[in-house]
Amino acid sequence: MSLNGLADCRTYEGTKIPSFVPYADNGGSVIAIAGDDFALLASDTRLSSGFSIYTREQRKLFRLSDTTVLGCSGCWCDTLTLARILEARMQMYLHEHQKPMSTPAVAQMLSTMLYYKRFFPYYVSNVLAGLDEEGKGCVYCYDPVGHCQKVAFNAKGSAGALLQPLLDNQIGYENMDNVTSEPIHIEKAMALLKDAFISAAERDIYTGDSIFINIITKDGIQEEKFTLRRD
Amino acid sequence: MACMSKGDWYSPVQFWRSGPSPGSLYSFPGVLTAENTRFSQRSQAPITTGTSVLGIAFDGGVAIAADVLCSYGSLARFRDCPRVMHVNDNIILGAGGDYADYQYLKDVIEQKILEEECLNDGFSLKPKALHCWLTRVMYNRRSKLDPFWNSFIVGGLQDNEPFLGTVDKLGTAYVDHHIATGYGAYMALPLMREAVEKNPNMTQKEAQKLLIKCLQVLYYRDARSYPKFQIATLTKEGVTVEGPLTLDQNWEVAHMVRDGV
Amino acid sequence: MFRNQYDSDVTVWSPQGRLHQVEYAMEAVKLGSATVGLKSNTHAVLIALKRASSELSAHQKKIIPIDTHIGIAIAGLTADARILSRYMRTECLNHKYSHDALLPVGRLITNLGNKMQICTQRYDRRPYGVGLLVSGYDDQGPHVYQTCPSANYFDCKAMAVGSRSQSARTYLEKHLDEFLDCDTDELIKHGLRALRDTLPNEVELNTKNVSIGIVGKNTSFKVFDEEGTAQYLRMIEGEEKRGGQPDTTGQDPTPPQPPPGGEGPQDPIPAVAMETE
Repeated sequence: MSLNGLADCRTYEGTKIPSFVPYADNGGSVIAIAGDDFALLASDTRLSSGFSIYTREQRKLFRLSDTTVLGCSGCWCDTLTLARILEARMQMYLHEHQKPMSTPAVAQMLSTMLYYKRFFPYYVSNVLAGLDEEGKGCVYCYDPVGHCQKVAFNAKGSAGALLQPLLDNQIGYENMDNVTSEPIHIEKAMALLKDAFISAAERDIYTGDSIFINIITKDGIQEEKFTLRRD
Repeated sequence: MACMSKGDWYSPVQFWRSGPSPGSLYSFPGVLTAENTRFSQRSQAPITTGTSVLGIAFDGGVAIAADVLCSYGSLARFRDCPRVMHVNDNIILGAGGDYADYQYLKDVIEQKILEEECLNDGFSLKPKALHCWLTRVMYNRRSKLDPFWNSFIVGGLQDNEPFLGTVDKLGTAYVDHHIATGYGAYMALPLMREAVEKNPNMTQKEAQKLLIKCLQVLYYRDARSYPKFQIATLTKEGVTVEGPLTLDQNWEVAHMVRDGV
Repeated sequence: MFRNQYDSDVTVWSPQGRLHQVEYAMEAVKLGSATVGLKSNTHAVLIALKRASSELSAHQKKIIPIDTHIGIAIAGLTADARILSRYMRTECLNHKYSHDALLPVGRLITNLGNKMQICTQRYDRRPYGVGLLVSGYDDQGPHVYQTCPSANYFDCKAMAVGSRSQSARTYLEKHLDEFLDCDTDELIKHGLRALRDTLPNEVELNTKNVSIGIVGKNTSFKVFDEEGTAQYLRMIEGEEKRGGQPDTTGQDPTPPQPPPGGEGPQDPIPAVAMETE
């Protein structure tokens, strides 16, 4: 696939005709961490395609309700569409049931919506974070065709593969001897989140500029901005 | 082919099947070629195209500029094609890519505005609404694998705040204070980012000057560009579409470039 | 009650130029319990009287949220109202999906009117037997619209529909000038007083039978819960009925007239003016 999103296919004459590819990789990374009474969701604000940066100020977090936030990365046009449909479906739920959708309910619906497009998928990596009905933090991560898994923490997007091992080590205490895993508290989660993104921005050209962190607690959703390198 | 298998008086059975037909190349079975996979032809490529579009938001308004050339491949085919559009008193629009697709969408948008005016209820379309609507149109067509091969820049005043957004043929959309499409994304955008960083609250004059400077740089480097251009400006005083204007150009150094060869 | 030889079908005109089926549908609105809508410079308020169909049943919902900026109160056939509210919700959602903006209230009402009109012109349809009070807020400020089964709709300063609503309209007309500069509390109090005037003497407003909806500048449409309702009911507690002005009790608003008796076929008199008059 060449830079401007055209795939070339050769014909007999050897001439190249550009053919249409309905997807683009617009980069971006998302991290979510669930705690006992909070959930954190952060994503960078760089929107890019190939070697060009479209914009440095693109929020990729979608506030779906007072307790649920969705973070997306991947094909931006699919992200936009998915988020719009999700928003409409949540309003329909609110009208039908006279209560806002709970985070586990949104998580299940998102999975169904993604699988509905199984054979022309939304090319989006989603991470859903929020508080469940008991007020406990929860994180759900997805693949583009609707596989849904409840996890304690997750990293997705262009730097997902770089960040996940760091989280596994620092939050999951995986493959370590002589450690007792303890529930993460919010200060450590925040510091880890920022460190993770700083590292990702060093290595991944599709992650950078700044991050938005959504802190979801029973008192509502707070937003924090943090600057990353811009090159 | 199914009717050929039995054979009758009018269409006899072929001598051998799956062989090369006389005078053409043999397609080996199981190999997909461009011909036999494409059952219906969709727009796989733009035909008559316009190049970059530039847009910038300044203090109290927005400006969008584009040249007036439509190329047919590398041929500078049509040299008076306006690509910026006055949508209504809130919105201006610039388009790059396939000119036929743009003309079609221009008609649709004009119809939409007309129908809205006929309602006469005091509401008029806002730039954010048109921007969102365009993303839906572009995304729906890309989902049919039959895209409108354009990239648009929508500009205007949304509740007295400057708004500038773009949509491409996939429906990829974002909002920023300075946007360039096509080759402009590689050459004009860095210039615009630098200028905006130095001077965050540009005046209308400065913004227009910057756009013209960028068009000039593009004209020197982009082989599909043209020295005649239009620039649309929207403030709360109203919309002006100026042009076609002509870019200053200076080729004095040209003889030095080729002299030694 | 109104037997007439020209009322067999919606599409049949009477020689006087009336559509009896449509006018009968208008009567359905008057059977519904009363509901009041009024607006200030910044807010629009709906106050509805809820009924329970029996001792065993809960009170019927009267106020339906449509979108963050629109809500309706209904009088008449609840089932029909449900269909209309679903249509209005869909229209709002579609507009939000495609334009990322809230649908202007007037446009929604126009669309709704067009939908309802079809039922007044086709032999295989019947008019919607429900009157709506639509409150909404958009760039042009707060709105209160009234829609009728006849598919007429009116942009109102204040309005009341439903059974015995004439008393409420009398109150609203009398205090019309005060509404515009009211704050939300005052506005709701005016609405409650207007609604109270429709009640028979032995019935009182309480948290079970009153429903309050509000929308306005920086206020998404919301229906108060019982606690919120109680708070406003306390504010008008103890006030005398009929607006608390004893000097006007003499010229008490006329209670709704009983329908004319059955002296042979005759045209009903519609309570809401039609264009044909």
